[in-house]
Amino acid sequence: MRKSTLILGASLIFAIAACGGNTAQTTNTSNTSADRWDTVKSRGQIICGVSGEVPGFSFVGTDGKYSGIDVDVCRAVAAAVFDNPDAVEFRNLNAKERFTALQTGEVDILSRNTTWTLSRATSVGLEFAPVVFYDGQAIMVRKNSNIKSLTDLKDKAICVQTGTTTEQNLADQMRKRGITYKPVVFEDVNVTFATYAEGRCEAVTADRSALVSRRTTLPKPEDNVILDEVISSEPLAPAVAKGNGKWRDTLTWVVYSLIKAEELGINSQNVAQLATSNDPDVKRLLGTEGNLGEGLGLTNDFAAKAIKHVGNYGEIYDRNLGPKTALNLPRGQNQQWTKGGLLYSPPFR
Amino acid sequence: MTNTKPPFWRDDRFWRITGQLIAVFLALAIVAMLWGNLNRNLQQLGIQFGFGFLNQQASFDIGETPIAYQPTDSYSRALWVGLINSLRIAILGIIFTTIIGVIAGIGRLSDNWLVRNIMAVYVEVFRNTPLLLQLLFWYFAVFLSFPKIDNKITLGGFVSLSQNGIETLWFNLSPEFAALLLGLTFYTGAFIAEIVRGGIGSVPKGQWEAARSLGLKPSSIMRLIILPQALRVIIPPLTSQYLNLTKNSSLAIAIGYPDIYFVASTTFNQTGKAVEVMLVLILTYLTLSLTISLIMNLFNRRVQIRER
Repeated sequence: MRKSTLILGASLIFAIAACGGNTAQTTNTSNTSADRWDTVKSRGQIICGVSGEVPGFSFVGTDGKYSGIDVDVCRAVAAAVFDNPDAVEFRNLNAKERFTALQTGEVDILSRNTTWTLSRATSVGLEFAPVVFYDGQAIMVRKNSNIKSLTDLKDKAICVQTGTTTEQNLADQMRKRGITYKPVVFEDVNVTFATYAEGRCEAVTADRSALVSRRTTLPKPEDNVILDEVISSEPLAPAVAKGNGKWRDTLTWVVYSLIKAEELGINSQNVAQLATSNDPDVKRLLGTEGNLGEGLGLTNDFAAKAIKHVGNYGEIYDRNLGPKTALNLPRGQNQQWTKGGLLYSPPFR
Repeated sequence: MTNTKPPFWRDDRFWRITGQLIAVFLALAIVAMLWGNLNRNLQQLGIQFGFGFLNQQASFDIGETPIAYQPTDSYSRALWVGLINSLRIAILGIIFTTIIGVIAGIGRLSDNWLVRNIMAVYVEVFRNTPLLLQLLFWYFAVFLSFPKIDNKITLGGFVSLSQNGIETLWFNLSPEFAALLLGLTFYTGAFIAEIVRGGIGSVPKGQWEAARSLGLKPSSIMRLIILPQALRVIIPPLTSQYLNLTKNSSLAIAIGYPDIYFVASTTFNQTGKAVEVMLVLILTYLTLSLTISLIMNLFNRRVQIRER
């Protein structure tokens, strides 16, 4: 009785180990040879990592639908690859798990208002696509607190969310000015802003766009003011995992096509009739001339599909952060280079 | 006599040894496979496994620093700060929760109707609600509803309560520290109360009767006769509760207290070194827990009553 259970147990463990070995082998071969591009194409759907809690960038509405700039970027890629903007599955990720989710392949694209930094592009193993939003870190205080600049925050408590560039930037700027302060750091963004609203902290700091969007959720938004002082530059860009050059190219050029479309005056309304325009730049972007799509493994009209379903950069911006929304962020640096902003697409040639 | 030796595969000892060798070999093989898989995947992403990042500059600030700390210090120094913060909570928490647990446990057996029922309500409420909710409640509903520092409440002239925490003549406690300490203390105290009650109940009724017939006061009975015998039963589960308190202190990140888990989280997020940071955290909590277990086991051996 003892011997047979022992043999049975040993063979069971052996079988499990053998299965584990097989899957390790297959993942290994697929990792070294297959680009994420092939995985996505065969799946027929993109898995997009977003936040889901930042209005204007990625937010889940009461009807369960996702909206925001980061969300629209993923939908544009889905439209370009599959001609279906809804061939996307969104996953909510918090600030701590977002990089691990991308590194392990749980999501294909990380479109989660993530700042492009050197260390993230190297030691964290991310490859960034073009910047979709030029942001900056700022501080929000109460109007009646008479705090006008960073120096007024000496020895005060500042609420901040953990695990973001925000913590480091704040420490750097205060160190530069030689100001001591008390950071009160939380894991959850909701707890961070709730604690500020309760009055525990005199100030709360985050990206300017996040402050504007969260201010709308405070009990008395008009009692809070965002200081003009810019603490850091935060270029927000989507990213893919390192080692997937083809997939990164796809994401990069879909984003550039949205920017280029606005520069050339193409939007979702006129994209169909502009396919037959006389302008060679327009024709090449929309695929009626040349074969730019082949180099990416897509059809030549991939940009036209993206613009038709989701719109050009200007339309995406207006839909999520424009004057008709609660956020109403002026475009500022997020304007075409022809109008003095920082958005510049390389040529589609 | 010479040909009665059985073949080796009929020998029990052979199978016992072989079975163990096979199990060890399989365990090592599985670990090696997982390790190889991890290394391959990390290489694919261009990330190096190594603990060198501990010497890099931390660049982030920590809210409570019992030892001197600057953002220019290394990650390892930041982790030390976090560890000391965790130890503060663990040690104070264990002391206070024992006091509260023993009082509540004895209180539940009291002859006084009011005391008995108040303690029963305390135990049932605090045992049956999630710890995270309790921590948030302590933080938001209690400590953050104190007035701001300008109109603080003063008790007895040497303790003042405000949104900046509890200030006494000797020390200052931030609201995050106080909320975490009280939350953990009362939560674990409810469990310890039940353990104490069970331990006291395990003492034979004859002991009570003999003690009363000797004419001892109730407090002397408890102190000299009952508790020493009850300790035998109380200490092992009590050790578990101490370990629970130590590990539950990692919820500090939810209410802004910078313990080791919080500092490790920030480190992990800024360096992207998931596996190394998790290893550091596991080793830290393991060391803390094993130390507590060791101390409690020594204590246990000392108080064990030897039956004659």
